[in-house]
Amino acid sequence: MATVTAAGKVITLDDVVRLLDARILCGKDLAVKLGEVGAADLMSDVLALSKPGMLLLTGLVSMQVIRTAIVSDLCGVVFVRGKVPGKDIVELARESNVPVFSTAMTMFQAAGVLYGALSGR
Amino acid sequence: MASEEFENAFAVLGRDFANAGRVSTAIKDTLKGLGIGAPIVRRVAIASYEAEMNLVMYASRGKMRLRVSSEAITLDVDDEGPGIADVSLAMQEGYSTATPEMREMGFGAGMGLPNIRKNADEFLITSEVGRGTKLHIRVNLLE
Repeated sequence: MATVTAAGKVITLDDVVRLLDARILCGKDLAVKLGEVGAADLMSDVLALSKPGMLLLTGLVSMQVIRTAIVSDLCGVVFVRGKVPGKDIVELARESNVPVFSTAMTMFQAAGVLYGALSGR
Repeated sequence: MASEEFENAFAVLGRDFANAGRVSTAIKDTLKGLGIGAPIVRRVAIASYEAEMNLVMYASRGKMRLRVSSEAITLDVDDEGPGIADVSLAMQEGYSTATPEMREMGFGAGMGLPNIRKNADEFLITSEVGRGTKLHIRVNLLE
């Protein structure tokens, strides 16, 4: 899993929605600040390497993504390449207060944009 | 920190992928409700989820028993399944016998057991081929 940590720059979930032109699938409080961003399709890596408050970019769509976000205290999940999870997945995220987004960008593009925003480039 | 003893047991069904992780998120809610600090709750929840996923992926059924005392949180996982022939090999990062189906869900990278050990203060594993696997996971509440 590739991660980038905020180096002095503070960005919020609101900024992420704007930067990734993302659709909000659920999530009310978007003023939450990101700790870091991680990009992974392997939930095993997220469970082993993530830190609390991380935003996850993933191309994997399953209930396990949301459950991984819950147990790992992630601040949100962005599904890339325009993927939109089923209603049951979004409902679990809503009940569990995990903000979930969908962006048309690829994982590489989304990670690059957020890397730039966090590192000030 | 918990002021009194707490105990709860949960049944887990093998191959029930739609519900895999429900027990661990319930355990997380329980621990938060008991007022246990977020870093410790996270360690237990991650170890529990890894154990629950292993159970769902490999075993036919099992039980997860949570105990909370003033000193520690313990989680005992006991499954009826194929068991592990070589436990020391299974404890190596990257060793996996996962199927493509498990990998498609984002698991089966051979990280689960080592990650349980990483998050636990005490971790014991015993396994018998053809019968099942037992895990004992302890996270201390006191330094």
